[in-house]
Amino acid sequence: MASHEEVLRKVSSTLVEALNIDEDEINPASTLAGDLGAESIDFLDIVFRLEREFGIKIPREELFPEVAQTSDIELLRDGKYTAKGLAELKKSLPFANFDDFEKNPEAALFGNLFTVDMIARFVQDKLVRSGKA
Amino acid sequence: MRWIWIDRFVEFESGKRAKAVKNLSAAEDHYAQHFPGYPVMPATLILEGLAQTGGILAGEANAFREKVVLGKINKARFSREFLAGETLEYDVELVHMRPEGATVLGKVLVEGEIAAEAEIFFAHLDQSRSRQAFGESNFVFTGEMKHLLDQARRAGATNHGTVV
Repeated sequence: MASHEEVLRKVSSTLVEALNIDEDEINPASTLAGDLGAESIDFLDIVFRLEREFGIKIPREELFPEVAQTSDIELLRDGKYTAKGLAELKKSLPFANFDDFEKNPEAALFGNLFTVDMIARFVQDKLVRSGKA
Repeated sequence: MRWIWIDRFVEFESGKRAKAVKNLSAAEDHYAQHFPGYPVMPATLILEGLAQTGGILAGEANAFREKVVLGKINKARFSREFLAGETLEYDVELVHMRPEGATVLGKVLVEGEIAAEAEIFFAHLDQSRSRQAFGESNFVFTGEMKHLLDQARRAGATNHGTVV
């Protein structure tokens, strides 16, 4: 069974490759966009790489859900997620840590939910579900 | 100047790999500036040729329904310079295809030797959620390039060439 450490190590090396960064620039708490400089196209590339690296399928909605870019003002209003929007986000991103984001749920800060550790937990769950871990 | 950096497809295996050739001519404008007195083919234009070969490969796999844009080039390695008079072979393999995009690995060969390699990631504009405002010029294939592929197919059919 792949341990969380193993998955985390492999996720980190996948991100190092995708984002062309140094090993020592990355740690489990690093945010993909803020700390590691990932742009939107990189997120797509990262999904592709994770699929290849771990032999899993990641439907596009699962890791980067549509609700994040909603035009529904009940969910996202004036650049901030509403309580309902936040609840939807939490449901779609069960592996993210919302502690900081909840205090200031600005759409512009949404990317900070994606940390190295969050991706690793997502992948590990996928591996368990597919019987590969 | 027409923005076509491949001359001809010589092999095409739908959804798998494609090979195109590019003959470098001293008449190409860029040699005047790159560099004065020392003309070498700019590496960026070599990458463009690889991306055009790979973009057609990725686009054709979906019957050109998607708008294929060059998303990023993660790795590119060049081991030599490229001079007028040389023939480059762009050998591209499709390694990953999803509704949102595709990844290809490309090699540039000169006289059978690997002279450059690159990994290129394409996004399908209509399918991907990154709806940035790409200009039309960023689309990998235009009608002209599809025409190039059709031309190669016809040539393959009449000359018993390797084009599928």
